[in-house]
Amino acid sequence: MSAASNARQPHGHGAHPHDAAHGDHGGSHGSFKGYMTGFVLSVILTAIPFILVMGDVLGNDRLTGLVIMGFAVVQIVVHMIYFLHMNTKSEGGWTILALIFTLTLVIITLTGSLWVMYHLNTNMMPMHMNMR
Amino acid sequence: MASHSSTAMNLSTGAEPVDPTAFYDATGEHHPEGSTMLGFWLYLMSDCLIFAALFATYAVVGRNYAAGPSPKDLFDLPLVALNTSMLLFSSITYGFAMLEMERGYLARCQLWLAVTGLFGIAFVGLELYEFHHLIHEGATPQRSAFLSAFFTLVGTHGLHVSLGIVWLVILMVQVHRRGLVAENKRRLLCLSMFWHFLDVVWIGVFTFVYLMGVLQ
Repeated sequence: MSAASNARQPHGHGAHPHDAAHGDHGGSHGSFKGYMTGFVLSVILTAIPFILVMGDVLGNDRLTGLVIMGFAVVQIVVHMIYFLHMNTKSEGGWTILALIFTLTLVIITLTGSLWVMYHLNTNMMPMHMNMR
Repeated sequence: MASHSSTAMNLSTGAEPVDPTAFYDATGEHHPEGSTMLGFWLYLMSDCLIFAALFATYAVVGRNYAAGPSPKDLFDLPLVALNTSMLLFSSITYGFAMLEMERGYLARCQLWLAVTGLFGIAFVGLELYEFHHLIHEGATPQRSAFLSAFFTLVGTHGLHVSLGIVWLVILMVQVHRRGLVAENKRRLLCLSMFWHFLDVVWIGVFTFVYLMGVLQ
């Protein structure tokens, strides 16, 4: 009984990625228009943060920091879409799944390290706090 | 146990003419290239974790100057902007090489690959110049935790780009010898992902390390 249901499962599973893989093959290598759009967008998204920081346009370091972080996130998304040709359908959705998993780990690594080490600093090194 | 295996045998022999062919034939058409791309993507994701760890290290110790120089004293933003543009140009020229590859123009593909390689060399050259300049000023990796983390993060990225250039040259030789056969196209696609991925990492580096460093 269980063997029969086990045997059936891979089949049902295998049919799904295969169906989706058909669609992505044509557009996965990009087009001239796609590359140019990505390039123009990334030039703009790179130039603005450099201008903001080098010209001190906003006059507030904290605000500038937040704004350029926002630009970086947008530019990473632009590169993912136009240069790396990410979409939800490529490889039957496995690439996006791997990306989401990796991003989760990256966020845990970054926020976890900062959070833990910040508390270590504040709790164990009061001298450090006085200096800041 | 015995009945279980015999039913499994029956099932497979009985279904052989219909079911497995329908399954294998349909996937066999796309599978070799598809699985390589997915596998390479998974490698890139694991590489992403390496960079995440280095970014986290930099985020934690990036302000521990040990009474040494701070980012504001060291970083030369016009040089970083030039460096960034080199990598950005190399990304678009690699894109052009892929488009020529798709259309089957071997010479044009090689030309764009060569241009990409030159931009890559310019990037690594500028980075080495910057490192040399920093070390000459006494801002060595041993100077402070900030500088150790900085050299490790930026150096690892530079090492990736350098190996990417080596890979690019090898692929140009392969394409020259064998032409744009399916294997070479697959390899060029892998390098394309690697190259664009490094550009994505560099966005994080110039924003988080250089621009934010100068702000603080």
